[in-house]
Amino acid sequence: MYNAINRSQIFVLDQNEALDFYTTTLGLELADDLDLGFMRWLTVRVPGDPGREILLELVGPPAMDEATAEVAKELLTKGAMGGWLSISTDDARAAYDTLSERGVEINDELAEKPYGIDFGIRDPFGNAIRIGQLFDREES
Amino acid sequence: MGSLNSRFENDNRRLLRARDLMDRRYWDDLDVTRLGQAAEMSRAHFIRSFKEAFGETPHRYLQRRRVERAMYLLRATNRQVTDICMEVGFSSLGSFSRTFAEIVGESPSTFRGRGLMPPVPSCFIKTWMRPSTFGEAERIDNA
Repeated sequence: MYNAINRSQIFVLDQNEALDFYTTTLGLELADDLDLGFMRWLTVRVPGDPGREILLELVGPPAMDEATAEVAKELLTKGAMGGWLSISTDDARAAYDTLSERGVEINDELAEKPYGIDFGIRDPFGNAIRIGQLFDREES
Repeated sequence: MGSLNSRFENDNRRLLRARDLMDRRYWDDLDVTRLGQAAEMSRAHFIRSFKEAFGETPHRYLQRRRVERAMYLLRATNRQVTDICMEVGFSSLGSFSRTFAEIVGESPSTFRGRGLMPPVPSCFIKTWMRPSTFGEAERIDNA
């Protein structure tokens, strides 16, 4: 019935800041930056993986009313929004070193786990991102 | 941080930074003064604000993080309980066992008897294995 997950979404508080973080700092690339009139359609993706994009959606009207947006902002900045990305890499240690040098907030140190080597970071707004070098499932 | 426009957003984000520090370095000697510095707040303001934002004191959050990590190690390794107790940041087996039982509702060795952990991402283990503070475990003698 299905063949892929092609888009997912996380909330951000400022799309310019989000674009800078997700491309310049994190190393993803811009996929689409479109003014739809009612919203800015801003997506990023892993370089070389055009089939999967992440929508960086602004919290606020018209998608939600002001009062709801305030709740969403509070949850997001407390790390309780639930937005979460998992990005795979061939070299988690190198990714950790690079992102540490760039001043990214590490919220879970690099460590070897039963399923691979991974670590956690936060984006500027409170979203959690996991970066991992995963073992083959047969190995784990 | 330019996008954090209101005071509560900015405070929340800084409090989250302090909470992340507890998650990241749970074994370390993280006193409230140091955590307050991570959140760029005075000690008293930090304790009050943390509880308002997350529903528990920083001390309790750190205890739960340590106990959650101990829960994982008890079920994922064969290491001695004393080693695990020290590794997660408790200074004595007595305080570890007391806190573990208070939060989880059973002793570390009883908990270990539940068997091995399945291999799922550790952030979910961290989140979902963390014993709830919003309803402490029943006292063992009542369980």
